[in-house]
Amino acid sequence: MGQGVLISLEGISKVYQDKVVVQDLSFTIHAGEFFTILGPSGCGKSTILKLISGLEHPEEGRLILDQEDITHLAAEKRPINTVFQSYALFPHMTVADNVAFGLKVKGVPKQEIKSRVLEALDIVRLSHLASRKPAELSGGQQQRVAIARAVVNRPKLLLLDESLSALDYKLRQEMQIELKQLQRKLGITFVYVTHDQEEALSMSDRILLMREGQIQQIGSPREIYETPNSLFSAGFIGEMNQFDGVILERKQARIYIAELMGQQCQIESTHDFAVGDQIHVLLRPEDLRLQEVPDTTKETGFVGHITERNYKGKTLDSVITLENGNQLLASEFFNEDDPDFDYAIDQKVSIDWVHGWEVVLPYEG
Amino acid sequence: MKVKGFFAVIAIAIVGSWLGLFIAVPNVLVLITSFLENDPQGFFHLQFSTAAYHQVFDPLFWRVFLHSFEMSFKAMIICLTIAFPFSYWLCQFSSKVRGWLLFLTIVPFWTNSLVRAYAIKFILGKKGLVNSTLLFIGVIDKPLKLLYSEFAVIFGLVYVLLPFMILPLYASLEKLDKNLLSAARDLGANGLQRMWYIVIPLSMPGILAGCLAVFLPAMGMFYISDLLGGAKNLLLGNLIKTEFLSTQNWPYGAAMSISLIVLMAGMLFIYYKAAQHVQKRGEFDV
Ligand SMILES: Nc1ncnc2c1ncn2[C@@H]1O[C@H](COP(=O)(O)OP(=O)(O)OP(=O)(O)O)[C@@H](O)[C@H]1O
Ligand SMILES: [Mg+2]
Repeated sequence: MGQGVLISLEGISKVYQDKVVVQDLSFTIHAGEFFTILGPSGCGKSTILKLISGLEHPEEGRLILDQEDITHLAAEKRPINTVFQSYALFPHMTVADNVAFGLKVKGVPKQEIKSRVLEALDIVRLSHLASRKPAELSGGQQQRVAIARAVVNRPKLLLLDESLSALDYKLRQEMQIELKQLQRKLGITFVYVTHDQEEALSMSDRILLMREGQIQQIGSPREIYETPNSLFSAGFIGEMNQFDGVILERKQARIYIAELMGQQCQIESTHDFAVGDQIHVLLRPEDLRLQEVPDTTKETGFVGHITERNYKGKTLDSVITLENGNQLLASEFFNEDDPDFDYAIDQKVSIDWVHGWEVVLPYEG
Repeated sequence: MKVKGFFAVIAIAIVGSWLGLFIAVPNVLVLITSFLENDPQGFFHLQFSTAAYHQVFDPLFWRVFLHSFEMSFKAMIICLTIAFPFSYWLCQFSSKVRGWLLFLTIVPFWTNSLVRAYAIKFILGKKGLVNSTLLFIGVIDKPLKLLYSEFAVIFGLVYVLLPFMILPLYASLEKLDKNLLSAARDLGANGLQRMWYIVIPLSMPGILAGCLAVFLPAMGMFYISDLLGGAKNLLLGNLIKTEFLSTQNWPYGAAMSISLIVLMAGMLFIYYKAAQHVQKRGEFDV
């Protein structure tokens, strides 16, 4: 996957009415990649797609597609197509005419248009609805028409703006798989925008995490999930338990002794910390290990009481309140040996984790 | 609930009797009159006759009718060519600015149209604004005969009827989803193609409503032709008016009115059928 660079954005900035929406953005997308732009609402995701498709032009910076500068190329001349957030199907045209539109305006011969429209509708499995109007289709079907209308042009780059967010949960899961398969089949580079972190993790080759018009982190889903580079990244992708602490001692290259809430413990980090540095230690709920302990024991280490427990089907999610009042979330998988395990409210537990899986970040204030 | 129902009944009764008294009854009277016999001494005889309709098919009447039709049609096309770009341009502004611009467009039309027709007389006349300006710049050396011509009638019709084109066009263009234009651009359509394939088809209801709202009244605007047209440029309204007021052949005037209504209804029907047919099938359906 992803050999050559297909498109690169170099120092792109976009200003709307004195408001900087995208600021000095630089990144590259590789050919054949499923690239996801992830970020909270209003962070500039759609704006980036518009800049790539040419519907908006940047105040600063350059766009290079296949070694060609397309910064000033009009949208209608770019080999890039978009599946819009609202689908934007032409309501007065049938499904087939919608799909044919891009080829028709480019003057492709009629016979060829017919066969390519048929082929595109086959790919999204909608040939039987070709003569319907968009208003007579379900949300999922409209979505697939929008995809067919874009891919029929064989673009170098397909942009999808929150294309699944309007669908219900089940259809959405199906469409996620379908999109992924489609992308492999067509070999087209996809740039997918979403604010749903789960969707981003499961579909992407690489994720660009955005925050207020700037890049927060860019990397594979695993890199972003396992080694977030900031509290924002960590918090945006999945749940995180956060402890604040201080480095007490450096043992080896990557091993430190730190104080966390009055307890000393060993942590691992690739960051270069000095003794006395303040740190954040982050732990995923599923990385925590709980151990029931009798109420009477004077346990050392982290102890707390179960204050809430939620059955989640595959996991048991528990809220633990520590002695100092802090709350933690633990998520444990049921295992075969003990499919009925459960905690009583107020059960005293000691907390541990898989060492080495903690995320350590410099203090952000 | 009771009180609400009472007011609803009153409101419907008022509107209903207003429509009945001033629209249904007069039209029925016109229809009846058209089937009566002409009386050279009075208005009509209470005697069934289709003579008035025979008169309608008189070639002399048709010549006037066609010319009137042509002038109204031209006025309609000119209104459309002015109003479409104008309404499209209006829609580019923010909704607040749009409201003001639309308001400014409509304000002059609060003046009675008869008064405005008189104003045109002063603009187009021998010593009017146009001629004196052209003379002053030296483009011409003797005044042009602008008044009492087909040009003057069409000018007057366009001026008086323009807002009836702008309003429905603006209403349908304003509703146009801008995302559709972005999508069309994204798919490679240039400005002209976007206009032809997206904007025009989607604003067709507005275009047609505007055309009807200009064309139908234009045929009947006798005072425009009276003031600006002279004897050769009569509108259908002039013929009807003459029959009722001067010649006092009421059955003939009524028959002309009814024929006009039937013709318009026929045109609407044909358009409706055509639109239905076009909408049914797509070009690339499989
Ligand atoms: N045409 C415009 N004029 C002015 N401001 C705009 C315009 N389009 C977007 N913005 C602003 O730019 C910012 C980014 O918008 P954008 O649509 O890119 O966000 P987004 O990340 O796609 O959000 P969402 O997830 O809600 O779709 C927002 O603050 C928005 O208000
Ligand atoms: Mg968006």
